[in-house]
Amino acid sequence: MSALQGTPLPDASPPAVSRVDRATAAAPPRRAPRGTVVATTLLIALLLVPFTPLVLASVSQGYFFPQVIPETFSARAWRLVLDPAGGAWTALGATVRIALTVTALSLVIAIPAGRTLGTRTFRGKRAVELVLLAPVLVPTIAVAIGIHVVFIRLGLAGGTLGVVLVHLVPALPYVVLLSAGVFANAALGLEEQARSLGASPWRRFVHVTVPLVGPGLAVAGLFGFLVSWGQYALTLVIGGGQVVTLPILLFSTASGGDVAVTAATALFHGAPAVLLLVVTSRVLGGSGLTTFGGVR
Amino acid sequence: MTAIVLEGVTHDYGATRALDHVSLEVGSGTVTALLGPSGCGKTTALKVIAGLVSPTRGRVRLGDRDVTDVPAERRDAVMVFQDHRLFPYLTAVDNVAFGLRMRGVGARQRRARAAEALERVGLGGLGDRRPDALSGGQQQRVALARALVLEPRVLLLDEPLASLDTHLRDDLRALILEIHREHDLTTVVVTHDREEATVLADEIALLFDGRVHQHGAPRSFFERPRSARSARFFGAVNLLPATASSTAANSTGPDGAAAGSIGPSSAGSDLRLDTPFGAIDGVPGAVGSGAAWVTIRPERVVVDPAADRVDVHRVEGRVVAASFLGDRTRAVVDVDGTEVTVDVHDDALIDAGPGRSVRLGLPINALWTIPRESSAPQPEARPADPPRGP
Repeated sequence: MSALQGTPLPDASPPAVSRVDRATAAAPPRRAPRGTVVATTLLIALLLVPFTPLVLASVSQGYFFPQVIPETFSARAWRLVLDPAGGAWTALGATVRIALTVTALSLVIAIPAGRTLGTRTFRGKRAVELVLLAPVLVPTIAVAIGIHVVFIRLGLAGGTLGVVLVHLVPALPYVVLLSAGVFANAALGLEEQARSLGASPWRRFVHVTVPLVGPGLAVAGLFGFLVSWGQYALTLVIGGGQVVTLPILLFSTASGGDVAVTAATALFHGAPAVLLLVVTSRVLGGSGLTTFGGVR
Repeated sequence: MTAIVLEGVTHDYGATRALDHVSLEVGSGTVTALLGPSGCGKTTALKVIAGLVSPTRGRVRLGDRDVTDVPAERRDAVMVFQDHRLFPYLTAVDNVAFGLRMRGVGARQRRARAAEALERVGLGGLGDRRPDALSGGQQQRVALARALVLEPRVLLLDEPLASLDTHLRDDLRALILEIHREHDLTTVVVTHDREEATVLADEIALLFDGRVHQHGAPRSFFERPRSARSARFFGAVNLLPATASSTAANSTGPDGAAAGSIGPSSAGSDLRLDTPFGAIDGVPGAVGSGAAWVTIRPERVVVDPAADRVDVHRVEGRVVAASFLGDRTRAVVDVDGTEVTVDVHDDALIDAGPGRSVRLGLPINALWTIPRESSAPQPEARPADPPRGP
C-alpha cells in the first residue's frame, strides 16, 4: 500500500550546497533524446500505477484480492468522505493551514540562511550543512518522543502551533538546502549591475532578486509544503490526536477496515498535493522543477 | 577639468589590502586605462569609482562633487562588467531600457531610446532576443548600449574585450573609441593587456600591489618607464646593467626612485653611465647615482651607424641569434658579455649569421636609465637573462 501515503514525498536526499555545473545549466534547451522520453514515461507510469487500484477501490462495493476490476461499483465511499458534515473537510482545512504556515515560516528562515550558505564561505560551513541534514538522517520518531517531552512542559503538545513547529524539523533541511542551491546558481552579480544602472534597494529586490530567485524559492517552498502535507508520525505524537490532519484521518480510516472509504480518503489526501505539483511546474514553465534561479 | 579624483583611497578585503593609498585624477573626456596584472586592485578601484565598493579610507570625487558617501545608484557613473551581466529574463531592448526604467522614464519613450541605442551598437533588429539567444560579442554590445543609453558622465568598463575573440575585439574596441569621441565621454577601462591599454587610452595608470606605480601617456611607459617592473610589464627586452652617477646638480637622491621626479618631465636628468660596454655621458633617466639598468627599445638600436653621427654610443658585438618575425628581423647581439636585442627591417643580420661581428649605435636620446632593484627577484643580477614582459 505504498500509495497510502499519497504525497510524492521527496525521497531523494536534498541536493548538496554546491554549484550546478554552469555550462550544463546554461546550455540552450534541446529536444530530449528518445531514451529520455522512454525513461520519463516509465517513471511517470511507476508513480501513477499505484493510484489505479486506489481509484478502483474507492468506487467499489467489495473489492477482493483476485479481482482486477471490482464486481460492483458504488459512490458510497466518496459520498461519505465528501459529506460536508464528515471529518475530511475539517482535516483538509487543518492540513492546509498547517502546511501553509510551515511553508511561510521555513521560507522566512531559509531565504537568509540559504543566501548565506549558497553564496559565502565561512568557518564551520560543512558543520552547519551537516546539522541541517541531521533531521533527514536521524529517525524522526526518535526525535519526536524527545520533542514531545519538551513540548508538554512548554504547553505546546496537543496544539496546532506545536505541530507546526515540529513539522519545521523535517521541512527545513529541504527548504534551506534547496534555497542555498537557488542562491548559489543565481547570478547575484546582477544586483550589483542593477545598482550601477540606478536601481534603489527596493527596485533591485523587485526587478532583479525576485525574478532571479523567485521560481527557485517557490519550488523550495513547495517542498516544505509537501513535507508538512505528508507528515503522520510527528503530527500524531505532538498533536496527540487533538490535531487531526488528513494523514491522521487516513490512518484511522485505514485501521477501520473499510477499503473503499480508505481508498477515497487516500485520494482525497493525495490529489491536492499532486495537483499543486502539476500547477507549480506549469506556472514555472521553462524553469521547471529541477533548474533554479537565473543562471549566468 | 578633472572628471574623477581618487584621494588616498585605501580598501581592505578583510586582511587583504586591495588598494593602498591610491590617488588618481582622470581628465574630463579622456579615456584612462587602469592596467596591471590580476590581483593588482584595478577592478576594486573601478568599483570604488562606481560606488559598488566603499573605500576603507580616502575620498572619491566626480566632477566637483564628493561622492564618497553617495551610493552607486545615485552616482552618474555606470559600470559595464566583463561578464556582461544581462538580465536573463529580459529581452535585449528591455535590458537596455532597464536603467531608464529605474529613472522613471515612461515605457514607450524608454523602449524607443533603447532601440536607438541598440541600433548604435549595431544590434538593430535583435531587440526582441533574450540574452541566451545572443552571442558573446552581441551580449557585450547590449551591455554597452545599456550603459550608454543613460548618457552617464562617467563610463566604467571592466575588461570589456577580454572575453571576446580577436576579430570581435577589434570591432568592439573601434566602437568604444567611436562612441567615446561622439559623446566626449569620460571613460575608465580596466585591463590586464598592455596593448589594449595602449590603443584605447589617452592615459594609463599602471597598478602593482594596490598602488599606482606609474601614471602617464601610453608612450611614456615605452620610452620612460619608471622602474624595471614597469619596463618589463611593457615588454622591454633590453635591460642592460650600468652604474649611474650624476653629472649635473639635479640628483634625485641615492636610491634614484625618489617620488615626484617620475615621468616625461624628468627626461632632463643628465647621467653618466658606466657600463660593461663603455662609459656614456648625458643619458636621461629616472635615477640618481648607483646601480641602474639602462634600457633601449630594440627598434631604436642602429646597425652600422654613419661615421659622422655624434649622438650615438658606438659598440661592437657578435650576432648570437637572429630570427625573421615577418615585419622585422630580431637579433641578439653579444656586446662585451651583455646581450642586446636589436630589431631591423632588413635581413642583413640574418645573412650575417651567428658569430659574425656587427657594429651598433645606441642613440643617447633613446636610452633611458632606471633603478636596478637592490632586492631584485633574481638573487644575483643576471643581465643575460632576457627580461621579457609578463
